[in-house]
Amino acid sequence: MIGKVVEINNLVVSVGTQPDASKILDNVSLQVSEGETLCLVGESGSGKSVTSLTIMGLLPKKILVPTHGSVRLAGEEILTATDRHLRSLRATTMAMIFQEPMTALNPVVPVGKQIDEVLRTHTSLDARSRRKRILEMMEQVRLPDVERIFASYPHRLSGGQRQRIMIAMALVLEPKLLIADEPTTALDVTTQKQILSLIRDLQKDHGTAVLFITHDMGVVAEIADRVAVMRYGHVVETGSLDAILRTPTQDYTRNLLSAVPSLVPRAARPATASAPVVLDTSELTKVYRERSMLGKVREVAAAQDVTLTLHKGRTLGIVGESGSGKSTVARCILRLIDPTSGGIRLIGREISFLSRNLLRPHRKHIQIIFQDPYRSLNPRLTVGETIAEGPVNYGMPKADALKRARELLELVDLPPDAITRYPHQFSGGQRQRIAIARALAMDPDVLVADEAVSALDVSVQAQVLQLLDDIQTRLGIALLFITHDLRVAAQICDDVIVMQHGRIVEQGPAGDILTSPKQAYTQQLLEAAPGRGWDFANFRPLATGMAAPAKTRDIALNS
Amino acid sequence: MLGYLIRRILAAIPVMGVVALVVFLLLRLTPGDPAAIIAGDLATPEQLERIRTSLGLNEPLHTQFFTWIWRILQGDFGVSLISQVSVIKMIGQRIEPTISIALSTITVAILIAVPLGVIAAWKHGTWIDRVVMSLSVLGFSVPVFVVGYVLIQIFAIEFRWLPVQGFRSITGGFGPFFERAILPTMALSFIYIALIARITRASMLEVLGEDYVRTARAKGIGEAGVLMRHALRNAAVPVITVIGTGFALLISGVVVTESVFNIPGIGRLTVDAVLARDYPVIQAMILLTSGLYVTVNLVIDLAYTLLDPRIRY
Repeated sequence: MIGKVVEINNLVVSVGTQPDASKILDNVSLQVSEGETLCLVGESGSGKSVTSLTIMGLLPKKILVPTHGSVRLAGEEILTATDRHLRSLRATTMAMIFQEPMTALNPVVPVGKQIDEVLRTHTSLDARSRRKRILEMMEQVRLPDVERIFASYPHRLSGGQRQRIMIAMALVLEPKLLIADEPTTALDVTTQKQILSLIRDLQKDHGTAVLFITHDMGVVAEIADRVAVMRYGHVVETGSLDAILRTPTQDYTRNLLSAVPSLVPRAARPATASAPVVLDTSELTKVYRERSMLGKVREVAAAQDVTLTLHKGRTLGIVGESGSGKSTVARCILRLIDPTSGGIRLIGREISFLSRNLLRPHRKHIQIIFQDPYRSLNPRLTVGETIAEGPVNYGMPKADALKRARELLELVDLPPDAITRYPHQFSGGQRQRIAIARALAMDPDVLVADEAVSALDVSVQAQVLQLLDDIQTRLGIALLFITHDLRVAAQICDDVIVMQHGRIVEQGPAGDILTSPKQAYTQQLLEAAPGRGWDFANFRPLATGMAAPAKTRDIALNS
Repeated sequence: MLGYLIRRILAAIPVMGVVALVVFLLLRLTPGDPAAIIAGDLATPEQLERIRTSLGLNEPLHTQFFTWIWRILQGDFGVSLISQVSVIKMIGQRIEPTISIALSTITVAILIAVPLGVIAAWKHGTWIDRVVMSLSVLGFSVPVFVVGYVLIQIFAIEFRWLPVQGFRSITGGFGPFFERAILPTMALSFIYIALIARITRASMLEVLGEDYVRTARAKGIGEAGVLMRHALRNAAVPVITVIGTGFALLISGVVVTESVFNIPGIGRLTVDAVLARDYPVIQAMILLTSGLYVTVNLVIDLAYTLLDPRIRY
């Protein structure tokens, strides 16, 4: 018989203790059993993380307050437990890993010591036994050279290694429940694949119950036994993985699944060989020089011999993992950083070595949209001022620029009164629309989108991708689209360049590259894409041969 | 690290060189004949000539500069024009009170302000936080001399627990030194407690919102461990910066406290020298203060590397 590790019944979490306080979680009921993985799915603000923090007893005190219901961990009520008792349960009975392994570890303490802190707090083992246990655990999470890593500081480790440390720290005392809050979102696909399989294997070995929080349906398809869909603090739908993906009963779940971009590339646009070239680079190279302590110069090629061509009205995608050099290429093309060698021709004019002054008239031909709309808009400027600033800098009278800003807001589907408001008054998706309007204000020939939809929820992502597509059709702009997400690339790109270690590995039409890649690295990337066995939008697994079938896992472990 | 240290020390040479040049020109570019300024209005031509010769004023300017620098490098800062005592000896006599008051002030300030700042951040938004912040505003707004006189009134005149003023060297026994150091230390540390507590609170507030603090709590560590082991060390860099510059400011800015408590320190020496146009003393004090700032900056930068392993030079 499989025991219930967590049982949440009718949980209500409110903002403060007032009777009319708004509810962040409303009547949430969930269970996770031994050896089972429950995926908690939903968009930002749906209440996923609040649910997990409630279980851990880590809600900000007096700000978010559980006002109703119960949370039982291994049969014990959590909501009424004292702080001291909750502390004793953390790491021993329940543990948590977080989204961002870069920031979740203390930067000034060696990682071995950070794991040791768990054992020192909760056990009476002596130093030697603790060290032995930690090294064993580090080996279990498949870290190499454990003695060296034990003494290393977090900044010396890669993202994947840090997340392994977090997992080792969470599982070192073999808790009954592991809460994983978007643990692979910040990782590259190949690392993500390894971490997902690690969590699964460790769960198998230890019979841990896993509450896995994610917004990524691909990840859900890889790891879930059961799925709970959340929206606005409610659980909308719960069911087995297969039931949710094949026969979702609620509209919201159906919409969520339909919004997942397919890995199958969209139909290619008609070839436009006659369309003029608006941007091309030849052997573009950016080398960073670092000087070591002894004065030795070390060269790091962030981008090397990158040659690409972009035609009017087309979308060229650059895909690759972090550190592959895709953003470096984009920044060189925009001359936000100076290339070391190679040529950049924008509308036929060589701009790679123009001085800042001579470059100025060319800047308006190429504009960029950044990844994070929360940081790329100046919070002290109104939306109107932000959009009008560029044209005003290029001599347009302010009244005309503001009139143009209003037209552009309409183009990106924002109300005209947005012009007098400030960025913080908008959602992430709306801010990205503002960023697009800002870029369009200059009437550019080329728009560079640097991970422009990566920070957005999947439904908002679909809307912004659609908007970019519409704008491109209407205005004939060329789009250079940088992304790590192959699904997004498949849906927006005509042509694709795959980069690794600063070099182009493969390039060609998106339809060819993403369905029958020639290079091993591209194949590896595609294979690592989570949920590649599913056609989410059509609620069915993909035919075998195209990709692996949906996972079939037995969950009856340690029963 | 050693390479960095050597580079920094070498980089300090041009800085000190520029300071030395400015200090040197200060006397030479003052309108009129430096010898006449030094000797005063009633000097005879023979006296003026003697001063000129002794200062080397008849030599070309660059020769004068290098001769002066050479002497300074040998520890010869000249002789006071007023007391005719060697400048280095004068500073030597006055430095102990200033250094000891500065050290005790900064120690007391750290011991009080850092825990106050940590607690205020931990209890952010509560009455504890508001009390600490109000005290901090008070510390900034009340001038040192007011605090000094109030303390004298209470502890020296009303209760007669402590002496009104003066200074005793520590070589004459710890007791007399200690009882005379308490009031100036209290008066002076008031503003530094306000400053350091405020910076510690702000820095801690930022760090307490970091993911690794949440990780520490998720590990089941007690609040004291979270605050001291995880938060404070990460919050320390800005605090150390303020403490370092605060110490340098203390040395060069204790004149008010020294005047209130009648302490013969270098603050008063400098003011007396400026009022009397005792140029050799002024020059020595400017050089000393600049050297102190350069050293403190270097020590702060080195302290960063101890606190944060990501900072490597």
